[in-house]
Amino acid sequence: MVAPLKTFETCLQAVNEADSAQGLLDAVEALADLTDERSIPTLIQVLGFNNPGAAVAAVDGLIQIGIPAVSTLLDKLDGYNYGARAWAIRALAGIGDPRGQDLLLDAAANDFSLSVRRAAARGLGTIRWADVPESERAAAMMRSQTILLQVTGDDEWVVRYAAVVGLETLALQLTATADVIIQCLQRLSTDDDTIAVQTRAQWALEKMGAS
Amino acid sequence: MPLGFVVFGLLVVSGVPHNPDGQPLTLDQALVNINQTTDPGLRYYAAWWLGKMRVSQPAAIEALLLALEDETDRSPDGGYPLRRNAARALGKIGQGYDSVVPALLGCLACDDYYVRETAAQALESLGVSSAVPVLASLLEGGVAAAVQVEGKPHLVQPYNAILEALGTLGNDDLVATIAPFLDHEVPQVRNAAARAMYQITGDAQYAERLVKVLDHEQLQLRRAALMDLGAVGYLAGAGAIANTLAENSMKLIALKGVLEHQIKVENETAQDICGLSADSRRVMELMDSLL
Repeated sequence: MVAPLKTFETCLQAVNEADSAQGLLDAVEALADLTDERSIPTLIQVLGFNNPGAAVAAVDGLIQIGIPAVSTLLDKLDGYNYGARAWAIRALAGIGDPRGQDLLLDAAANDFSLSVRRAAARGLGTIRWADVPESERAAAMMRSQTILLQVTGDDEWVVRYAAVVGLETLALQLTATADVIIQCLQRLSTDDDTIAVQTRAQWALEKMGAS
Repeated sequence: MPLGFVVFGLLVVSGVPHNPDGQPLTLDQALVNINQTTDPGLRYYAAWWLGKMRVSQPAAIEALLLALEDETDRSPDGGYPLRRNAARALGKIGQGYDSVVPALLGCLACDDYYVRETAAQALESLGVSSAVPVLASLLEGGVAAAVQVEGKPHLVQPYNAILEALGTLGNDDLVATIAPFLDHEVPQVRNAAARAMYQITGDAQYAERLVKVLDHEQLQLRRAALMDLGAVGYLAGAGAIANTLAENSMKLIALKGVLEHQIKVENETAQDICGLSADSRRVMELMDSLL
């Protein structure tokens, strides 16, 4: 038996001992690749290091771990600095746990960073609705829909683009009629002042069989 | 403090503009500010504001054209900060005004490197093809003349802006003029030349040079190559753009450029509209994955 080269212990140690931006990035990538729940606190800590490369790797790692990372992410939220909070929201958006929905609703509508609004808008469509009790599911989906429709009026094209993607994902899972979403996408497909947003709305309508 | 208050009061009483604390600038106030010389800071800010807010009115254009001739607002190195802002604003809102083009062409002869740079960018964004001969004349002497100015952080001409403008405005008559800059020692100049060569020839080998830069060890150069590939809408580079080690926001902007270029090409060539092409959908799939 050959021992694995990268164990949780050696990867954790490498993160803690990294002495350069590139070294930290490599170490965090290796740790994230393990998809080991024991790395959750360390990956969350990395979100606050002001090292975008390492933060991207840590967010990816947390998304891979998924649901088990959510309660720690939410618990620590109040203690985050602004940058770490933004990364945490991106992780929560990627995981799609319904416990993160309130945070995503607020971030999509109100965060001052466009990359956070963008990730949150995308995440509002990809929430794991099956994990919401059936009695509350329709209301939860309606909350996402309301905010996403509002976010299609964001000043930044990329946030509107993400809202279109969020609405498409949401509409494809709605059991009830998606008329309001279809009307909104039809309007965007001709009236949005950014061609990329128009085109994405057009594609969403095609996928929904509504073009 | 009391003196300052009195002075401020006098300024207000005499009708000289001010920017009330915490109040956003209004159009009326911006036009007052751009037409006064007492406070260079207010005038400088108003020039930027008119462009940013896309105030394409004759009164704004006239005031900005006057600002292009300003002699009063000087930086420590002898530059003309107000002219730079005015040229940039005219690049955004000067479309359709005949007097804007000669004024911007005049700026290409200004002593201030940054005024020349901004004017080249403005002429490019206004699509002024008649600027090509003057822009090309700034490349005279070729690569041998394209050296750093002693004591300054820049070359003798704003080569990036000139090459990019020529790529957008020119045609393949310029190949012999631009090609030598593919081997300039400054990476940014090489990239601008590759971008321009791709635009005027449509030959993929030049865009592939930019794709190679996406792997460069310096983040700044990778970012710049992303913007270049987005600006020229190089479809075959879409996958490489999405895989570049850089911020998702930059990659999304680049892919937006590719997508919109593709849509434009398809609209120009398609006989009838029959839904989105597989290429467009592939680019949007990449964009979706980066949100």
